[in-house]
Amino acid sequence: MDYSYTIWIPLLPLITFVLIGLLGGKVKPIVSGITGVLSLTVSACLSIFTAYRYFLVDGAVDGVFQKIIASNHTWLRFTDTLYIDMGVLLDPISVMMLVVITFISLMVHVYSLGYMKGETGFSRFYSVLSLFSFSMLGLVLASNIFQMYMFWELVGVSSYLLIGYYYTKPSAVAASKKAFIVTRFADLGFLVGILILSFQTGTFDFSIITSAEGLATLGNVTSSFIGLSAITWATLLIFIGGAGKSAMFPLHVWLPDAMEGPTPVSALIHAATMVVAGVYLVARLFPVFSLVVPGSLTVVAWVGGFSSLFAAIIACTQIDIKRVLAYSTMSQIGYMMLALGVSGYLIEDSLGFTASMFHLFTHAFFKALLFLGAGAIIHAVHSNVMTEMGGLRKSLPITHITFLVACLAIAGIPPFSGFFSKDEILVAAFEANKILFAIEWLVAGLTAFYMFRLYFSVFWGKNRNYEHEPHEAPLSMTLPLIILAAGAFGAGFIPFSHFVTSTGETFTSHIHWNIAIPSIAVALIGIFVAAWLYKSENDRASSLAASLGILYKSAYNKFYIDEIYLFMTRQVIFKYISEPIAWFDRHIVDGTVNLVGSFVNFVSERIKGFQSGQVQQYAFYFMAGVITLTIVFVYFYSN
Amino acid sequence: MIEAIPLTHWLTLSTLLFFIGVYGFLTRSNLITILISIELILNAVNINLLAFNKYLYPEALEGHFFSLFVIAVAASEAAVAVAIFINLYRNINTVEVEEVNKMKY
Repeated sequence: MDYSYTIWIPLLPLITFVLIGLLGGKVKPIVSGITGVLSLTVSACLSIFTAYRYFLVDGAVDGVFQKIIASNHTWLRFTDTLYIDMGVLLDPISVMMLVVITFISLMVHVYSLGYMKGETGFSRFYSVLSLFSFSMLGLVLASNIFQMYMFWELVGVSSYLLIGYYYTKPSAVAASKKAFIVTRFADLGFLVGILILSFQTGTFDFSIITSAEGLATLGNVTSSFIGLSAITWATLLIFIGGAGKSAMFPLHVWLPDAMEGPTPVSALIHAATMVVAGVYLVARLFPVFSLVVPGSLTVVAWVGGFSSLFAAIIACTQIDIKRVLAYSTMSQIGYMMLALGVSGYLIEDSLGFTASMFHLFTHAFFKALLFLGAGAIIHAVHSNVMTEMGGLRKSLPITHITFLVACLAIAGIPPFSGFFSKDEILVAAFEANKILFAIEWLVAGLTAFYMFRLYFSVFWGKNRNYEHEPHEAPLSMTLPLIILAAGAFGAGFIPFSHFVTSTGETFTSHIHWNIAIPSIAVALIGIFVAAWLYKSENDRASSLAASLGILYKSAYNKFYIDEIYLFMTRQVIFKYISEPIAWFDRHIVDGTVNLVGSFVNFVSERIKGFQSGQVQQYAFYFMAGVITLTIVFVYFYSN
Repeated sequence: MIEAIPLTHWLTLSTLLFFIGVYGFLTRSNLITILISIELILNAVNINLLAFNKYLYPEALEGHFFSLFVIAVAASEAAVAVAIFINLYRNINTVEVEEVNKMKY
């Protein structure tokens, strides 16, 4: 059971990042690209090998999957009790995430060879992509919460760099800043949460915090603040950090804007990997949430449920295809959060946990596929706007078929992967809370509707006037699409509950047809409505939008959340807090310093004549001083 | 014979010399004469040292040593000063102290 080689899975992309970052400008761009692809290929092979060994050979002892510390080094030692380690923790969720990240990242690396061809800064793109892969792998492998936090921030930085890839475009710069500031703001909560949690347990180590003794320590904490116990605060604050990264309401505002980045980046970071970091974080600390403070878990469930509904409604009205996908991502992550929120820790009622991880897994495939497909469409027609597209199914046959597979998967149509994971989530929600179940059932219909709205508007309808005849993408782009489509189709057949569970024990889950049939029905209704409205050219959609009036308009404007944020920042925070502080700084603080400066200046202007350059004058002052001192001296001593 | 002259005479002489030197230092404008004034000041100090040594501590020799020391230092100082004056003259064609005012504000 030697897993110490797993440390190379994140280190290889790090080495690639340094190599490409330093030498990328000196070699042909394609060399950087190939280097990135090769190193990710090795990482992906190692990850899949690890997953094979862990899940199928020796990860389980007596049918229970173990937590394995594959390597651990003390990184910073402040005192004997306060130290920060760098380690590799393998357990079902981290091994599962390893496969997802390296696999999707590899697909994106290959795809970008075609998509980013000829862009300036091609090497920079690949080096930052490697940095991102390194950070994300470090995040999921982290053996302690502080290590996770550091990689969490690194992920944020690389996301910032990639969103702002087209740094000459003001909107991209604004979007990257927005993403960084919003997530950084949320991370403040995460940091405070870490400090509270670690203060109470006396350790950063995940395996100690979530062990029986660690949980017992946390259960005995009695200190509280404003009516909530310290641990409730810690978990809620940590969840704020997770919500920021995972774009949960109301910290979701950065995600749609993040679509300013290149499309492969959206596929990797803002669909499949980074945005699920929040889900992963809650799952990582799941015993604490579930056994010590179930109240926080309820908050997680409702935030997830609300976000999924909220985002699904907005997604129905957007016309930028990448933004539709962004809101769809937010909605699906809401599903995952909700599934975690309704789950219990013990194996009997932990279906939600497994379902959440299962959905994370399948979602990574079909959402990455959707984004990469969208990239192929944008590559062909040079536009993001849905209304400028139509009839592309003839000219983009491979993209069309793979996109359709992804749409069916996300809509939850059997036997595509999304059906299985969504069914488990709905079952878990149904057992826990009927209202949440109703919301998710409705969202399932909305999901099918907006995805097929996108699909029909882009691939059906009549041809538009394109700049040039749309053509299928090159092999480097279609190959990842085909592989991911296979994943999006087949991933659902993996018996996830045999591998990934909250306690490590396994169980067998079945498809609950009494839940599945209504959800398939609502998805089919969504698809038919979308087909009726968008499959052929007609004005039903616009008249429907007109009849919905204010509802449509507010959804189209994303429920004015951005405007509320702007109002809060500009009109309230800037005007009533920042500006008075700025005034105080400019006039009182700076004023004092300037006064001292100008006083000195004034005085020296007056007395600088003393330094006349005339030696005899100096000698005269000197003599005068000596004589004065002598007189004073004699006067005092003669008395 | 020298004992017939009281100490106060020597001190008066040295004070006079000293202030003549100071006056010359402050008022003369030629650097050479300023240097001569400095010599006056130094020699006033020498007289002082020797007079005190002779009248108050006749068995000690520190006063003599000090005055010899001052003479030696004064000689080297004069050499350096004259070298500076020559260079000044070469550069700005004058040894008037008012003209040497480059080092001002």
